[in-house]
Amino acid sequence: MRELEYVRATDVLGAVRAVAGRPQDAVFLAGGTNLVDHLKLGVASPGLVVDVTGLPLDELEEFDDARGTGLSIGANVRNSDLAAHPLVRRSFPAVARALLAGASGQIRNQATTGGNLLQRTRCVYFQDVSTPCNKREPGTGCSALDGYGRYNAVLGWTNDCVTTHPSDLAVALVALDATVVVVGPGGERRLPLHEMYRLPHGAPGQDTVLEPGALITSVELPREPVAARSTYRKVRDRASYAFALVSVAAALEVDAEKRVHDLRVAWGGVAHRPWRAERLERALVGRPLTEDAIAAALDEELQDARTTDQTAYKIPMLRGATTATLLDLLATGRPEEGTR
Amino acid sequence: MDAEITLTVDGKTRSVTVDTRTTLLDALRERLDVVSPKKGCDHGQCGSCTVLLDGRRHLTCLALAVAHDGAEVVTADGLAALADDGGDLHPVQEAFLRHDGYQCGYCTPGQVCSAVGVLAEAEQGWPSHATEGLDGEDPVDLTDDEVRERMSGNLCRCGAYAGIVAAVREAAGR
Repeated sequence: MRELEYVRATDVLGAVRAVAGRPQDAVFLAGGTNLVDHLKLGVASPGLVVDVTGLPLDELEEFDDARGTGLSIGANVRNSDLAAHPLVRRSFPAVARALLAGASGQIRNQATTGGNLLQRTRCVYFQDVSTPCNKREPGTGCSALDGYGRYNAVLGWTNDCVTTHPSDLAVALVALDATVVVVGPGGERRLPLHEMYRLPHGAPGQDTVLEPGALITSVELPREPVAARSTYRKVRDRASYAFALVSVAAALEVDAEKRVHDLRVAWGGVAHRPWRAERLERALVGRPLTEDAIAAALDEELQDARTTDQTAYKIPMLRGATTATLLDLLATGRPEEGTR
Repeated sequence: MDAEITLTVDGKTRSVTVDTRTTLLDALRERLDVVSPKKGCDHGQCGSCTVLLDGRRHLTCLALAVAHDGAEVVTADGLAALADDGGDLHPVQEAFLRHDGYQCGYCTPGQVCSAVGVLAEAEQGWPSHATEGLDGEDPVDLTDDEVRERMSGNLCRCGAYAGIVAAVREAAGR
């Protein structure tokens, strides 16, 4: 492990400048649950860590202004606090459910909102520095392509990188149209969380479009009726404390005739980014939500899916999980109930 | 790079100079001779290094010591003082003894710290993946399923889970 310089940031701009000034060498440290592991494994070997946990980014507050109405979540809000917050539980249940389906109680106490969104893939080859990996060392090749591939992507992958994004929270936030507020060397900007993530094409090393030194300072969730009728369903190898094989975040509103009025669906465990199922949403809006209609919409969304012997299982699993989630949301007066 | 940090560990204030790469676990065990938190996997997967950090259950293997300068750490060694009933053991520890919630004991310091954290979280009404509805803000009833889910970050390779679940439930007063 390299010598490590440690700085405790006292203001956002100072933190941003410190990291931006040493773009190949400096990283932010928040909860540390992913980064500290990477330091040990040699996956990350920065010369400088800038600790952002002392920055005043731990507010969770409602807003009603030019941005619309919604909930602003400071980047340093811990996963456990976010999941337990009454407003999140009531108005954005998919977010609480996604958080509670991830990690362990200890890790949720440590991990932050911003850090969760920027965690790196758990691909076994990415985490093993003795093996080639284009994400860790661009140009070395992808070991997962012909190796252990059970967790690999089925949508939007390339031969350069077949991995999936590990965050549960990100999937729920993408489904609910969250915006991230980012401060970079050039100042503050907002972008849809969905657009912060990218597919591996051309640059498998880059998980997001953020430039070096860019710091997520908060996440904004628009307050919409559909968000309160949302949930998150995760399929994994064991009942608790495991990453998703596939996961579904969904929000559904139907009209008086039980036709789909508003629908949001995002998938985890299937692509390099949380996968917003826009084709599926479009195919179902305005129509009665039947099993046949869902099947046809899934056909459309999955027409470009590519599987291998090792990932073929994900397609029926994803179809089943999505169908069950949507029918549960339709059936239950209180959609959150019983849809874990 | 070295840094001097101060920690309150089980009620005692301790200062130590650490390399910035030192984890909180290594600072406690190797520098301060506080060996109650155990090094199991050292990657955040087993929970044997769990302590209460500023009142919450927390892994010490995935934490840099330098980032926790000024923190208050309670290990399994210091739990009894938290209970404030004058006993040598915390009620959670007594329940582990009564229900045989261990075999070799290596994971036990982490298990009991985690369990104390679980009781506080349930008391505050925090839901878990096993909680049916999200609306309730009353203390959570710690059923077997709730305990299993909430304790899933603590592995026991001896497989003493049946005793652990019973112990946590008893300590919760259920």
